[in-house]
Amino acid sequence: MNLRGCYTLFYKELLRFFKVALQTVMAPVVTALLYLLVFAHVLEDRVQVFGEIGYTVFLVPGLIMMSVIQNAFANSSSSLIQSKVTGNIVFILVSPLSYLELYLAFVGAALARAVVVGLGVWAVAAAFVSVPLEHPGWALLFMVLGGAVLGTLGVIAGISAEKFDQLAGFQNFIIVPLSFLSGVFYSLHSLPPFWQQLSRFNPFFYMIDGFRYGFFGVADVHPGLSLAVTAGAWLALAGLTLVMLQRGYKLRN
Amino acid sequence: MTAVSIRGVHKRFGEVHALRGVDLEIRRGEFFGLLGPNGAGKSTLINIMAGLTRADRGQVAILGHDVVRDYRQARRALGVVPQELVFDPFFTVREVLRIQAGYFGLRDEAWIEELLSALMLSDKADANMRALSGGMKRRVLVAQALVHKPPVVVLDEPTAGVDVELRKSLWAFITRLHRNGHTILLTTHYLEEAESLCGRIAILNHGSVVALDTTRGLMEQGIGNTVCVSITTAEPLVRIPEALRSRLKRQEGELVVFQLHKNRDSLLDLLDGLRAAGARIKALHTEEADLEDVFIELTRARAGGARP
Repeated sequence: MNLRGCYTLFYKELLRFFKVALQTVMAPVVTALLYLLVFAHVLEDRVQVFGEIGYTVFLVPGLIMMSVIQNAFANSSSSLIQSKVTGNIVFILVSPLSYLELYLAFVGAALARAVVVGLGVWAVAAAFVSVPLEHPGWALLFMVLGGAVLGTLGVIAGISAEKFDQLAGFQNFIIVPLSFLSGVFYSLHSLPPFWQQLSRFNPFFYMIDGFRYGFFGVADVHPGLSLAVTAGAWLALAGLTLVMLQRGYKLRN
Repeated sequence: MTAVSIRGVHKRFGEVHALRGVDLEIRRGEFFGLLGPNGAGKSTLINIMAGLTRADRGQVAILGHDVVRDYRQARRALGVVPQELVFDPFFTVREVLRIQAGYFGLRDEAWIEELLSALMLSDKADANMRALSGGMKRRVLVAQALVHKPPVVVLDEPTAGVDVELRKSLWAFITRLHRNGHTILLTTHYLEEAESLCGRIAILNHGSVVALDTTRGLMEQGIGNTVCVSITTAEPLVRIPEALRSRLKRQEGELVVFQLHKNRDSLLDLLDGLRAAGARIKALHTEEADLEDVFIELTRARAGGARP
């Protein structure tokens, strides 16, 4: 295995988003904070979630995970589409990196950005509200798995898209709706039965619900089920991505 | 020993048969020219060597390493300077070179400094790629291709669209690489460039090798021995004299273009013949044969039964 080569691509991807940290780290943290301020102000006393847990406290893990999901996807997908459109992807493709090394580097960097942004949201939210952390291991597991799933989806979208607007379509019509409708702002049990059933087909719901279990020790569904769905989604998507990279789909014509 | 082995390579892009069974052997230490007009298949062939494109049929090996089965070793042995001025706008020149070396598992600061110095980039080492001129970006591309010290270097039209000074400095640098033992594969539109640098030349047209010989051998066959003469007359010529018709290339209004053989034809005879036909010559311009002319010559040679 070309470990130094894989690490170099990972490091390059880190350097890429840190060079524009205002856009890639600061902006999503501020956005999440705005959601927190607005929704907490409007809904704090009107929405009942998990027993005694206040709405603002309930909201924080959801916002952290939503930031993880959106930023993991944005990192790998934008890096790949930019490299493809500008043509500088040739520098990676002429290197001796294997398809597995490419995958690990891109998804690893996407995960790193997701974790940095997620921790940033958490740190800023902590200034306003105290959030318990009942099971840190579960929270960490779902953050890493959720970031890996979305980093992988970002690689698929970045490879498949040929233009920026195709990628924007993927982001605006799939990633954003699925993350907004995954229980970030509400508990599944507060929905009408039809929407409750529909939400169970949204894999993002399990990432957020499992992550929330790490904080409160309670969740809408059993955390084992959430883990199985999230890990299953990651394995399936990772398998698909590795096949795409190995075959050079839309990369090596 | 063979540096590059290309055997029976075919590639189709939809209906377009870009490569039609290309066979080439480039020996180690050779300075090899790959010539051809746009769309001939040069870049496709190079992309297959570099692993950017996959051949439908046939095998390509770099220093004996198959570019598909043994791609890691093949890519370590090959440095490619792409035709397009591509760059990563996020990084400085030095970062770009460190990153490219890292992909190959290397970290050699001394070699990076040497490359920066040899390509006159030392004072721009910490400048962002976006801040560089086109010529400088071209030199960074050369440095990126060499950063892992590949024994085989492919330059895909490195002097296309660059000014005379940069072209000369790139020629000098490439010549130095060759003297130091690198195998060079150069693609170019400029016959003059291939003539002065390459020991052997292959000419690719419509995806097939139409000529393969030493540079001297090709020139001895008459290729490159023609000159184009463009003449502008006061009024359009109604009739081209019979004796000059075989040399006529094209006629558009007042402009008439002839193609003369440097040794066999006389410019004075051409002018006398035109004056005798009533032409009042306003302007005259001569230029060396370009690749299109070479292909016309090759086609004629083939039609006449001569070996291209």
